[in-house]
Amino acid sequence: MNQVAERPAAAQYREHDGVDMLRVRDLHAFYGESHILHGVDLEVRRGELITLLGRNGAGRSTTLKAIMSMVGRRTGSIVINGTETIAMKPHRIPRLGIGYCPEERGIFASLDVEENLLLPPTVRSGGMSLDEIYAMFPNLYERRRSQGTRLSGGEQQMLAMARILRTGAQMLLLDEITEGLAPVIVQTLGEVLLKLRDRGMTIVLVEQNFRFAAPLADRHYVMEHGRIVEEIAAAELPSKRDHLHTLLGV
Amino acid sequence: MTMIFGVPVAVFMGQLLLGLINGAFYALLSLGLAVIFGLLKIVNFAHGAMYMLGAFTTLLGMQYLGVNYWAALLLTPLVVGLGGMLVERVLLRRIAHLDHLYGLLLTFGLALIFEGSLINFFGVSGARYPTPDALQGGYQLGFMFLPKYRAWVLLAAIIVCVFTWYMIERTRLGAYLRAGTENPALMQAFGVNVPLLVTLTYGFGVALAAFAGVLAAPLYPVSPTMGSNLLIVVFAVVVIGGMGSILGAILTGLGMGLIEGLTKVYYPEAANTVIFLVMILVLLLRPAGLFGKEA
Repeated sequence: MNQVAERPAAAQYREHDGVDMLRVRDLHAFYGESHILHGVDLEVRRGELITLLGRNGAGRSTTLKAIMSMVGRRTGSIVINGTETIAMKPHRIPRLGIGYCPEERGIFASLDVEENLLLPPTVRSGGMSLDEIYAMFPNLYERRRSQGTRLSGGEQQMLAMARILRTGAQMLLLDEITEGLAPVIVQTLGEVLLKLRDRGMTIVLVEQNFRFAAPLADRHYVMEHGRIVEEIAAAELPSKRDHLHTLLGV
Repeated sequence: MTMIFGVPVAVFMGQLLLGLINGAFYALLSLGLAVIFGLLKIVNFAHGAMYMLGAFTTLLGMQYLGVNYWAALLLTPLVVGLGGMLVERVLLRRIAHLDHLYGLLLTFGLALIFEGSLINFFGVSGARYPTPDALQGGYQLGFMFLPKYRAWVLLAAIIVCVFTWYMIERTRLGAYLRAGTENPALMQAFGVNVPLLVTLTYGFGVALAAFAGVLAAPLYPVSPTMGSNLLIVVFAVVVIGGMGSILGAILTGLGMGLIEGLTKVYYPEAANTVIFLVMILVLLLRPAGLFGKEA
């Protein structure tokens, strides 16, 4: 029996230790009476970069929020690093080593740039130091005394990402980080993501910009109506591109 | 005799000092209200009752347990603050997801219960708390006589206000508080225990009121209604300063005390209404308050 052929496609693209960092089973999420997620199943192996693709309203952002327990109610199973979190208090979940970057960026107006950077508590040792972060995002150093919301959109996005790198989080949940940004900044963000992947970070990317996500990711999940409808490994992408475009409606 | 605009200097300065002392109490109380409103979005109508409980705890502590003034200065805010945390944990948290008006109603009801129960036991006439020995007497400054205790109240209030401002604006815990005020859900997603932060914040705001109560005990008659009389003015101060602004609460508190004092000198009939006139003026010109941010 050929061991290599049995390995999943994603692992052929890049080496992983095959351990699940995140395993979601039959996840349902509700906001009040509205039922948003209808049984999401996905898994992310340690060191993988995966994307959640789909049309607006497909439930991609809600999936990230449900993982962070930021929805009204959630049922099913979410195992992070071997720990079941479905009944866990919301503030304990990030301490399992997760950094979350919300779609609206969530920069605090009452804090300056450096206070924003230092705000999220350390969840694990081994996070990036302030110097390393400033080396990665020189703009933030220059504007460290500015009020957080005075930054440009691109700088705010850098800040929103930079502050979760300090915490020692091993898995990043990034929601629409390229939305509304100039191409040159999108390119910078792509380089940052590659650096983070090389450092062994596990990354879940919710992305509208498929051209941005395609060369970065190991695997893609496509969502529709609150469910995962398709899983595509990076290697399968060329053959499935037309099918994917139909799914995404682009 | 030296006169200022037709008023003897001693009278002028005396009223100014009285105004400043009143202002110190306004500042301490509106500061606590601002801190609580910032994170809990609740207008804490029980704040006057907490101030009153601070004074009463001090009085009863001395009468029944022999706790002296200096120990009370530390213990009373602690005891009343813990009581506040209990109120938040047991009552306010249950209605946190509802319209904030319910919080206002609940705290208003609590204030009535506290006041009513104490009136039942002690009546409304009030009792005197002796000025501590070390703060008897005063200083003859030449142009006026400065009682030691009043100087101490002013000093203590300013120290506590500056300390609170520093804690909130310059420390990490304060950054949690400011950020939690803006976006509590995201703070949870960073791993901050927001429910605990809310409990501590309410406890701290209440402790500030209780501290003001201890300072007030030797100055004013300690009675169950002492808080509700003061609170109406303090609400006006908060509206003038702008809800949720820390520095605004402190400066407006002191400033309004001064304005009240000056009015007593020149037009005593308006002394009780001048703050409300200022409030109307501020609401017309800057609806968010002098230090508030426009929504």
